[in-house]
Amino acid sequence: MTVAIDRATGRRRGDRTPRPGLGTRLKHGYQKHWYAYAMIAPVVIVLGVLVLYPLAYGFYLTLTDADSLNSARTIGVNEIEATYKFVGFDNYADILWGDTAYDRFWSHFIWTVVWTAACVTLHYCIGLGLALLLNQKNLRGRTFYRLILVLPWAVPTFVTVFGWRFMLADAGIINSALETLHLPTPLWLEDTFWQRFAAIMVNTWCGVPFMMVSLLGGLQSIDSSLYEAAEMDGANAWQRFRHVTLPGLRSVSSTVVLLGVIWTFNQFAIIFLLFGNTAPDAQILVTWAYQLGFGQQPREFAQSAAYGILLLAVLIVFTSFYRRWLNRDEQQLAI
Amino acid sequence: MTTTTVTPATGPAEQAEAPRTPARRGRRRAGNALASHVVLTVASLVALFPIAWLVFLSLGPDKDDYLHPGEIWGKMTFDNYSFVLQNTNFWEWLKSSLIVSLGTTVIGVMAAATTGYAVSRMRFPGYRRLMWVLLLTQMFPIAVLIVPMYQILSDLQLIDSYLGLVLVYCSTAVPYCAWLLKGYFDTIPFEIDEAGRVDGLSPFGTFFRLILPLARPGLAVAGFYSFITAFGEVAFASTFMLSDTKYTFAVGLQSFVSEHDAQRNLMAATAVLIAIPVSAFFYLVQKNLVTGLTAGGTKG
Repeated sequence: MTVAIDRATGRRRGDRTPRPGLGTRLKHGYQKHWYAYAMIAPVVIVLGVLVLYPLAYGFYLTLTDADSLNSARTIGVNEIEATYKFVGFDNYADILWGDTAYDRFWSHFIWTVVWTAACVTLHYCIGLGLALLLNQKNLRGRTFYRLILVLPWAVPTFVTVFGWRFMLADAGIINSALETLHLPTPLWLEDTFWQRFAAIMVNTWCGVPFMMVSLLGGLQSIDSSLYEAAEMDGANAWQRFRHVTLPGLRSVSSTVVLLGVIWTFNQFAIIFLLFGNTAPDAQILVTWAYQLGFGQQPREFAQSAAYGILLLAVLIVFTSFYRRWLNRDEQQLAI
Repeated sequence: MTTTTVTPATGPAEQAEAPRTPARRGRRRAGNALASHVVLTVASLVALFPIAWLVFLSLGPDKDDYLHPGEIWGKMTFDNYSFVLQNTNFWEWLKSSLIVSLGTTVIGVMAAATTGYAVSRMRFPGYRRLMWVLLLTQMFPIAVLIVPMYQILSDLQLIDSYLGLVLVYCSTAVPYCAWLLKGYFDTIPFEIDEAGRVDGLSPFGTFFRLILPLARPGLAVAGFYSFITAFGEVAFASTFMLSDTKYTFAVGLQSFVSEHDAQRNLMAATAVLIAIPVSAFFYLVQKNLVTGLTAGGTKG
């Protein structure tokens, strides 16, 4: 939108007289926009109380050495005061370049990046392929296929992950099938490489339907005359895909890829439920932070919160660059 | 269909070069259709199999039946289901799940509705910052909030209470709903607002009397989305709910497999019982859900 018109009031943002002083500006701003502020108040309050305050408190915790042994707690009738102390940025320094930083942070970080890239690529490619197949108007049973293919999204993740656990168990159906075919039978839930492989496989299975349905929506909104024009100009199937379909999907793609990266990066349920505590090397940063904070004794609250802040920082940096990259040649807003 | 008006939607899947004889085209189209059917059938089987397998295993009476599934055919029974319904905390878990999910939905939608409207129609100082915050809160990894939330809620004695969990879920549901609803409000013509303003309604009046009734489908989508997210959430529920009568399904299901015992047959049966209503619900709203999710993104 080039000129922001306030459609509720019919005022135009560009029609301003020269900037008055600060006091007058505040007063005018209040008179002009008080209903807007009243309307956003509930969300601002909720975000302030439920997000900003915990975030600030969490950030403060990362500057301390809090764990479950020195935090305030109640045992029976005794209330024990918190005794943790302020340590500055030691937690971050320790996580990023402490003694065993590679094992504790960087190895998980690399795996998280690999996991996100692999999963989102697979989601997108498989989703796009299926969407293209489903978008053929004269294909019989399209609705039927679509309903079945959406199933992994329809059933809650925490349910399907257990289904996969039964299948991937040592003597489960997958290994039995592989054995019948005289193929090697990896220890899916114990061996690090295969754990990672299994995690990506399950997440791909869970995530494809969302991409498929979104991209199908995008495909259906492409103007059909573009294809006709391309065909008149002698474009072959690949050229039509490359120069009509992909540009037509651009805005949907940028949104779903961004959402996909954020969701996959933060994907907790699949790895947590698939492996529990048994797979220290297959933990992505989110589950690893959870493990530090709640999956062990003593609970390392400060460390866990510091991981959280680092994760958020990574996501913010990524999103900023992604948006800039998307907007590099046009004034289209991705999200 | 003549050669000049090829159906556009088949686009990339169909090879179309210079005009050719009808017979060759026909054969080619049949080949394409066959290939599509093969790929789609394989994909459907992959999508279906893990769930079908879960249903199949839930019919085996013994907890180690998953290791030798062939034997289940001979002794299929619904015993697992009746056991789960009668002798476990299934109904308690259902109650907790519903309380928490519905609580989140109601608060999320109510708090977010006016904001969605404001950011859709009005440009006020701080608009861009608010949108950025709304987007930002959607990418909060649970790891950021879980520790401070745990500490704050234990200070307030809200650990192991429904209210605590609802509040935690609202931290993600509210910004998400606001985002979704903005996308929906954007699709309602501005002329309606202008008509309302001309007729002398205040901005609030316009919103409550004109826009809100029109936005019912959008509100429903936002509500469904909050419900499904809250229902399936694992991390917070596993950490904050301590007593086994207050577990939500996501936690309760894990409790079948402990270090000492793994009642996988019961777990499978419970999983199926949970999955059926949720998936049915999902199918009802699925189409709107996707439109809602991507609408927020495609409009600036």
